[in-house]
Amino acid sequence: MNLKVLCFGITRDIIGQFEYRLSLPTEATVADLKNQLSMQFPKFATLKSLRIALNEEYAEDTMTLKENDEIVLIPPVSGG
Amino acid sequence: MPSMIDIQLLHTPLSEQACLDFVKTDDTGGIVVFVGTVRNQTKGKAVVRLDFEAYEPMAISEMRKIAVQAVEQFSLKKISVHHRVGTLAIGEVPVVIAVSSAHRKAAFDACELVIDTLKETVPIWKKEIFEDGEVWVSATP
Repeated sequence: MNLKVLCFGITRDIIGQFEYRLSLPTEATVADLKNQLSMQFPKFATLKSLRIALNEEYAEDTMTLKENDEIVLIPPVSGG
Repeated sequence: MPSMIDIQLLHTPLSEQACLDFVKTDDTGGIVVFVGTVRNQTKGKAVVRLDFEAYEPMAISEMRKIAVQAVEQFSLKKISVHHRVGTLAIGEVPVVIAVSSAHRKAAFDACELVIDTLKETVPIWKKEIFEDGEVWVSATP
């Protein structure tokens, strides 16, 4: 399935664009997405943490991705 | 609950007074306001400015979750949380939190919990701009 991932903060610098498109097998999970990103972009290993938001909520690694999900990369936050 | 909570993510300068005015009620005994400001240095290195960005819909919903939790946990009368995004100069204000309660201790404790939690869960990022480079704050060890 084809997925679109939105990249904020340092993840946009690492990937080089705000909207990143990639393909993963049907039923792929959040953990699968993280693994795929880490393989393609080794700099992800330098982050303190990487969370994924699905449809505006933090997602567990075991959650399954669907093609129309809004998927967002959340590197360590630093508001305030 | 909604009328007790005021959450805003703004691209324009914040008003401390607006937050303060929102939380005043006749049955309030104390108000605590936290004002975050842009500091001129990090670990001795001069900061030129900060750039803030947010995943806006989720930043608002996460700030609202924190506010709801604070109202319930500390029996607050009202709470106002305003956060700014965009480019901020030294001394400008990225965040204002105001809380009101019947007694002061709950207000102090709630205000501290809200800013601490905001810094952990709300998808907002800041980049420090130095004379000779820039760094996403807290992104890497």
